[in-house]
Formats: sequence, structure tokens, C-alpha cells
Amino acid sequence: MEDDFKVIDNYLMIRLPDEIDHHKSVDISKKADQYIMNEKVGNVVFDFERTTFMDSSGIGIIVGRYKKISCFGGKVYAINADNRIRRILLLSGLHKIVEIMD
Amino acid sequence: MIEIVSMKQDRQVKNEMKMEFRAVSANESFARTAVAAFVTQLNPTLEEISDIKTAVSEAVTNAIIHGYEGEDGEECKVWLSCVIRNDVLEVEIRDTGVGIENVDKAMEPLFTTKPQLDRSGMGFAFMEAFMDDLEVISEVGQGTVVRMQKKVGTTSWIMRED
Repeated sequence: MEDDFKVIDNYLMIRLPDEIDHHKSVDISKKADQYIMNEKVGNVVFDFERTTFMDSSGIGIIVGRYKKISCFGGKVYAINADNRIRRILLLSGLHKIVEIMD
Repeated sequence: MIEIVSMKQDRQVKNEMKMEFRAVSANESFARTAVAAFVTQLNPTLEEISDIKTAVSEAVTNAIIHGYEGEDGEECKVWLSCVIRNDVLEVEIRDTGVGIENVDKAMEPLFTTKPQLDRSGMGFAFMEAFMDDLEVISEVGQGTVVRMQKKVGTTSWIMRED
């Protein structure tokens, strides 16, 4: 899990697990917030490369982090999202606050 | 039209399963994986499996964090049952938790009673989007029942006349 969080310049890179549900989301959010607070990162990048399953808890992680950094002008990015993840992001309207990149 | 209705009625139960588990978050993945494994006999597409897993995960998560409000005592149980009628999967998720005061309100997208827990308020919206039919019955103090249906596989919904 330690490896899954990396700070590069002003970006916090989070490599998400294969399945994102409520059980896992609690730890991810907590950890991400520690990095945002301690390392003072401005932007967050969610890497979905390994992710094959996500429910609305994943939306909660993204929105929660967005709220924390957006007031300082920070942005949220999603990378390596497959079609299923994209669909969930679109369905919840998250594409308006998250930049989905290839 | 009449024909369709009558066929709906005699849709045969092909298989069923029931399970009961403690309302702990570790069981969320267990529940959705079990349903996904059960539904493989209908030859679902990968997308259908993924839809069903998401919907089941939403309902079970709701039962655990809203129904029992995160309590996981011995008496906090979630009941999950699946029935396969022809090529339709019916899933029922039941808890005996606090219940929902206003079901219509709860089903509104983005409505959540637990924003502090990073809940998105998209649970019911996802269940609705990923399944064909959703029914929520709840009584305050008694618990909540969520019933969902989804047609699975490529066979026609109307039974082929053999």
C-alpha cells in the first residue's frame, strides 16, 4: 500500500487497488488526506490501471479529495480508466470535475 | 400483450440460493463475488457481471453503513437471496436495521445522510442504472428490503416455444 502513494512535484499519484468498494475506500481516503495535508500537494491523480471493479464508494473518494484541494485551485485527474470505470465516472457526472486522460 | 403477461407469470424458477452474513464491510466483496459466481450459469457477458456486482455492492454497503449504521454486532445480519427465472436474475438484499424514513428522497441521486463518510449519494442511482428493475421497501425501525432484477445473457426474454 505504501508504494501506491507517490508525490511527484505538486501531484499526488494514487495507484488504486483492483477492487474499490466501501471496505477499501476508507483507508484510501484517509491515506490520501494525510499526503494532501503533510506534503501540501495541489493536485491528485487517480491511476485506475489495476482497477477492475468500482462502486459508488470510488466516486466518494474522488469527490471527497476534490473538495479538499479544489478550494486551493487544485485539480483531479483519472488515468488508465477502462470503459467500465469511465461509464461510472460519466454516470455520476464526475467527468465535469475530473479530467479523464488516456 | 396478454400472451406476454401470461409468460411472465409462468417464468420458471430454475435455481435459487440464499445466504446470511454479518454486517461487516469485508463481506461486501464476498457478497458481490458470490452473486457473480451464481449468475455464471446464465452465461452473462463481462459487462453484465460487472453491472450486477456493482448493484449488489451498493445494496450490501447500504445495509451495512446505513441500515446498521456501521454497527457490526452479532445480531447485525444481512440476508441475500438470488432466484433465476429463465434468464432473469432476481436479487434480494434484506437487513433489519434502522430503515429509511423517505425512500423517494433516499433514491434521489447525490442525496446522502452520510456526507462525512465520503458517501456519494449515488448508490440507488447505480442500482437503477445497472439493473433492469429496482424495488425498495423500508420501514423505520424494521429494516429495508431491496429487490433487483436483471435479464442476463443473449437469449430472448420471452421464452422460446419448444
